[in-house]
Amino acid sequence: MRVVWSLLLVGALALVGFFGAQAGGQALFGIVLPYLAMAVFLVGIAVRVVGWARSPVPFRITTTCGQERSLAWIKASPLDNPSTGLGAAARVLLEVLTFRSLFRNNRSELRDGGRFTVSADKWLWAAALAFHYSFLVVFLRHYRFFAEPVPAVVAWIQGLDGFFQVGLPVVYVTDIVLVVALGYLLWRRLADPRLRYISLPADYFPLALLLGIALSGVLLRYVSKADVVAVKELAIGLVSLHPTVPQGIDPLVFAHIFLVSVLLTYFPFSKLVHMAGVFLSPTRNLANDNRMRRHINPWNPPIVGHTYAEWEHEFHDKLVASGIPLDEE
Amino acid sequence: MRDRGLILTGLTIFLALLLAPVWQAALRGSARKPEPKIVTKAKQCVEPTAEMRRNHMQLLNTWRDTVVRRDQRTYLAADGKTVTMSLSGTCMSCHPNKKEFCDACHNYLAVNPYCWECHIEPKEKS
Repeated sequence: MRVVWSLLLVGALALVGFFGAQAGGQALFGIVLPYLAMAVFLVGIAVRVVGWARSPVPFRITTTCGQERSLAWIKASPLDNPSTGLGAAARVLLEVLTFRSLFRNNRSELRDGGRFTVSADKWLWAAALAFHYSFLVVFLRHYRFFAEPVPAVVAWIQGLDGFFQVGLPVVYVTDIVLVVALGYLLWRRLADPRLRYISLPADYFPLALLLGIALSGVLLRYVSKADVVAVKELAIGLVSLHPTVPQGIDPLVFAHIFLVSVLLTYFPFSKLVHMAGVFLSPTRNLANDNRMRRHINPWNPPIVGHTYAEWEHEFHDKLVASGIPLDEE
Repeated sequence: MRDRGLILTGLTIFLALLLAPVWQAALRGSARKPEPKIVTKAKQCVEPTAEMRRNHMQLLNTWRDTVVRRDQRTYLAADGKTVTMSLSGTCMSCHPNKKEFCDACHNYLAVNPYCWECHIEPKEKS
């Protein structure tokens, strides 16, 4: 049910963009909402990250996946349990680029005859990697609409992406990978009853939204082609802060732009901020040097000590009266 | 706590990179809009302009396959006219100015068609 509502919601949003623009809302869906969405995205991300930066991190969290550095004859694991800042940076980088924590994903099953098995499950990792990298390439390819002249790098990426020269316009490998990977990630949540039980609308909606964006983009490129010169005029107008809506932009373009605006607006408030948050994962970016360096909590209240000498001085007369020997003499 | 400077630096770099098109537009000034120059007197291409603008690549692809694989050279347009399917013979007779016609939009959108890997590029005074 949650997945049905998410898919319906994204479908309804696409229709709002599609028909809203036709009903005279071109400036709204082409200029006002994209600007608003971008503003919400930029400010939202900044607020979230600054909030995390201000959060106290009083000690190193040492939930690690390898041997700590200790004695010379015990083989340490410098990437899984780094003792230096550089090692921690490498660990964060590997997490960001290769999703090592997803690579550790396991699957537990109750098999026939009550046999319980735990086995490695790399599909989540593979699909997540496929999705994120193809999405990155698709994102970078869109730079051709926003820059004049188009940087050579973008042309290279396009050339590589369309390497197989299938059809015309050339089919991009990332378009296929993106849709297939998103489809798998959605199916994965539905196929396993346990996973379905813990999946929330906040899990389904981003997948449905990304799928809607990807599919509308695929339609615009291969099926119901847009007048891309007009689209680029619109995009250039937006980035040069002289926005205009040129003639001849197809309604499906507005549906695509509206879905992207929704994604940008939704981004800072949802689990999608892991884009920024992954860099601040305390279990990834803190070097395990608890035993080498003393970490003093900087906002500890000053500890007011009371030594024995001070105590003896305070109760001097009473101690003397009771005949208790004093250190002072 | 002590990483606040580092985090804020990273955030600033990210936001600055994200707005790269804005900086580029600000530095380069307003971009020119491409105007493919039409040098022919004919009123219309083989299909209506809006259709050609969006789907000319698909039309050319179909033409190539029909000519090369099935040896059929006559195209029946939507309005009933017939044309010979030929890039160099038909298209280039009205649009001989590749640099001012084809390249105008293709360069604007970084499209790199592979027509000229087989066909000989028209000679033009540049």
